[in-house]
Formats: sequence, C-alpha cells, structure tokens
Amino acid sequence: MAQEKPLTEAIPLDGQALSLRGYEQAGGYQGLRRALREMTPQAVQEEVKKAGLRGRGGAGFPTGMKWSFVPMGSDVPRPKYVIANADEMEPGTFKDRYLMEGNPHQLIEGLILAAYATQADVAFIFIRGEYRLAQERLARAIAEAHTAGYLGKNILKSDFALEMILHVSAGRYMCGEETGLLNALEGKRANPRSKPPFPPVAGLWGKPTTVNNVETLVNVPHIIAKGFTWYQGLSRSKDYGTKIYGASGKVKRPGLWELPMGTTIREILEEHAGGMREGLRFRGVLPGGASTDFLVEEHLDVPMDFLEVQKAGSRLGTGTMIVLDDRTCPVGMTSNLIHFFAQESCGWCTPCWSGLNWAKQILAAMEAGRGKPVDIDKLSFQTKFLAPGNTFCALAPGAAEPLQSALKYFREDFERHIREQRCPWK
Amino acid sequence: MLTVAEREEIEAELARYPTKEAVCIDAMKIVQRHRGWVSDESVRDIAELLEMSPADLDGVSTFYNLIFRKPVGRHVVMVCNSVSCWILGYEKMREHLTKRLEIEFGETTADNRFTLLPIVCLGACDHAPAMLVDNELHTDLGPDRIDQVLEAYK
Repeated sequence: MAQEKPLTEAIPLDGQALSLRGYEQAGGYQGLRRALREMTPQAVQEEVKKAGLRGRGGAGFPTGMKWSFVPMGSDVPRPKYVIANADEMEPGTFKDRYLMEGNPHQLIEGLILAAYATQADVAFIFIRGEYRLAQERLARAIAEAHTAGYLGKNILKSDFALEMILHVSAGRYMCGEETGLLNALEGKRANPRSKPPFPPVAGLWGKPTTVNNVETLVNVPHIIAKGFTWYQGLSRSKDYGTKIYGASGKVKRPGLWELPMGTTIREILEEHAGGMREGLRFRGVLPGGASTDFLVEEHLDVPMDFLEVQKAGSRLGTGTMIVLDDRTCPVGMTSNLIHFFAQESCGWCTPCWSGLNWAKQILAAMEAGRGKPVDIDKLSFQTKFLAPGNTFCALAPGAAEPLQSALKYFREDFERHIREQRCPWK
Repeated sequence: MLTVAEREEIEAELARYPTKEAVCIDAMKIVQRHRGWVSDESVRDIAELLEMSPADLDGVSTFYNLIFRKPVGRHVVMVCNSVSCWILGYEKMREHLTKRLEIEFGETTADNRFTLLPIVCLGACDHAPAMLVDNELHTDLGPDRIDQVLEAYK
C-alpha cells in the first residue's frame, strides 16, 4: 500500500495554493461537516485525544488534553479564543510556511475545528511578518471560507459562529512562545507570562485561549473526517499520525517530506535527503530545530518520534533537522546558534539575557582565536544556569540544548580552538 | 501629525480588537508603510490616538524586528544569518553585499537605494542562503544571483 500523506498530498506541485474547490474535492471541510452534524465539542476533543495527536510546534503537548482544560458551559468567561501559532521562526524550520502556502484552507478548517471543540468565539492566525506569500494566501482563503459559509454566523447552518482574524506580527522569536504571543497580540512586548494561570484558563485579555501550532492544527480535519483508528495506523510508533520532516545543511537534497511518525533519522537523511554532498561526511544533527540537542552517528537509527528522540538525549522539536558535516566548524555553528538566542532573548529573565550574552561572547572569542582553557567550564556552567526552572519560558533552556550537547560530542573541537588559538576551519 | 489616510487605516483596525492598545503594532506598520519608518513624532502621535503613553509605545516599537525606528533606503535588504544559511555560506554572502553596496549592517547606501539589515531564519532553509528584499523572498543565493536580484530594485 502506498504511504498515505494526508497533510500534503493535495498540495499542488507547481507552487500554487490549493484552491477552495480543490480542497473540497480532496475531502476538505468534511471533518467540519461531520463535527457540526454529529459530534458534540467534547466528542471532537475526545477523538483528538484518542488519536494521540501531540503538538508539532516543538513541545509535543497532547492537543486534546490542552483543549480539555478550556472551561466549557454557559457561565464561563467570554469571548473564548483559539489561535494558530504561525510564528515559525525556529532556525532550521520551514514546514509551517509550506503548509500555509500550499493549502491555506486546511489550516483554516483545523482552526475552526479547534474553535468548535473549545466553543471559542474568535480565532486568530498569528503569522510572522516575513511570511508575505502565506499571508496573502491565508487572507484570501479566509474571505473564501466566509463566502462559502465555513466562517461567520450559523456555520454550515448550525448554531456555531466564528470570526477569524489574520494577525501579521512585526517579528521576534519570542512571539512564538505561547504567552509571549498573547502579549504581542495585546499590543505589548512579547515577554512571557508567569504560569499558572495557563492560557486555556486565562489567556488573551484574560479569557480562555487555546494556542496550537500550524502543523498540529492541519492534522485535526483528517482525524475528525476519518477517525482516530485510521490516524493511529499512519504511524510506525507510539506517537501517532504522520510528521513533516525536513533536512537542511549540506545534504544532497534538502527539503520536506511527510512520513510516518517514527521514521528513522537515517532513512530521512539517506533516502529522502539523498545523503551528504560529495566529499562530505555526516558529523551530527540537530533533530528538531535550533533548540534541540545534537545527535551524532550512533543515533542515526533512532526513530524520529517524541519518545525515542528524548531517550537518545534530544527532542523531536519541530522535526526539521539541521545537519552538521565534517567541513563545517561545530564551534562556529554553536556560536551562530547562541548568537541567535542571545539576540532574540526578550530580556525578562537574568539567566537568559545575561547568560546567553556571556556564552555568546565566549564562543565568539573562541572562534576569533582568543579562547582560554577555563572557557569550557564557563560554558558548561552556563548550560546549568540556563536550565529549566530558572526562567519564565523555554528560550534559555532551549538554547542550552545545542550548547551542552556540542560540548559533549565535539569537545575536542572546542579544545583545539583554545589550544591552537584559531578556528581550524578558517 | 498623522495624515487622514493613516488615521483612517488605523481606525479601521480598531474594530477588530477589544482594546486600543492591541492595534499599536498595526498602527506603526501603517505609518511605516506610508513613510518608510516610524519617527519619535509618529510614536507620540500614535500613542495619543491609541491613548497610550509614548514611553510604552516606544518600548513596543523597539522590540520588534520589522518596525524601523530610523529612516531606511528605498529598499530594505534583510539577510538571513541563522544556522542553515550560515552553514551554506552566509558569511560570503554578507561579504559580497557589504562590498558591493559599500555599507555595513544597519547602514543605508549614499544614493538612498538600499538599507542592509540582518534577519533571523526566514523558513527557506532548504534553499539557503536566503534574503528578503522589501519582504520578498530570494533563495539559493550566490554572488551572481545576488547581483541579479539587486538589479531589479531601482
């Protein structure tokens, strides 16, 4: 049987967006029809829970469970909100842009279903300012969905009503952090908020709010239309469904592939990405974006799902891999990553703004040939200083992941920079 | 002072959000669309319209990468400096651009044609290195391709 690719099979190969008609012909909006006709909001939540869908934005939180935290009934604070987090800015990650540009209606349907499941009144798509093509295509698709009766009052002649607003952000990595995003939508700096209360209880303007990643949401129409048993069968592992995997760096064919959850790193890099470019050897990989720990050759047979990548000492993250080859400097790469995190830190927590800038300076000095033997210990200290529990959000702990694993797997390279007082790759 | 057109566009946004403050980022983007950047005077005018303190709005304006608080040239070139582009030759691309345009990051060419800025990951990692010119994405860049792209922006 050919491998099913529910999330991407209808996306046109010529770079155009799938039209509303094309989406409907491919089975689009059938999930919404089914939900409104024969399912209660709780039943939609239940179906997604049973499907085992976990968040695809990086954290992997179970989606149905997140929805179940939203207070339901007639005497709860309103309006309630749902938000598609389309602020894709994790370095090395390019899957949500593809999903939005290729099939905007699939995201809209997923977001409408999330709104129905949590009985939300208003939906936002929070998209980064740089994604202009996706913005244009989503704006048009939202208007089409309105005209077709999928949005507005009495959706598909039911009692359910929903307004959807496309919010174009002004750019900052922190906007992708759940509570930073809420602050950005309220017209503030995107600093994180203290939790609890969690957004499903008190989120946007203090009202119950659900925030889901784009790839997470586009799974929902398929789960509702075809059921959780079908969905579970798509996977090769205990985390269900398919996953949009990606690879960038010096592989022969960088790109994105929708594959069964649990496909191994080796299969993705060798069969789909075509292996390393001529003359280069694989040295390591960030499996799920910039804020995940390096994995190395001994991990190539690790299945890319939440559980197995964690067992190997990293995180599935966004599932889009960045490959390090043997002609690229691991210290330079780490320096680039930490520079990013230091720059994008919002400045709210001391370990983050201070620790990351310190680490950034040490790494830059090392690259410039001014490293000192004590620097390795200083960097190791920083990874503990940046660890979970010391900050309001996951930016600093995320930054610590590539740093701590680079120190573990590429320690000789750090030592050589210090010993030779230069970057051996330059 | 805000122009009539700017004020109308900002007021149209107000209907979409429950607070005036929520519109402030959109309001700055509207002014930037008309004037190219957001001056201190514009910050004061927008703050007044949205009943915010200018200091608060200034704090918001300097937080976001795509709000320009200094004048920019006719075209803004934003070069991705994140990890996949770095692996695929960001440093060379930067060297080529600074040499060709004779400016560093944060500067504008003497003829006011280009402003050069760094930007974080553009989500085009499979076609790295990448850059934006006036928010239009250009990928698979090398020196020749960069020259060709820049030629199109007069």
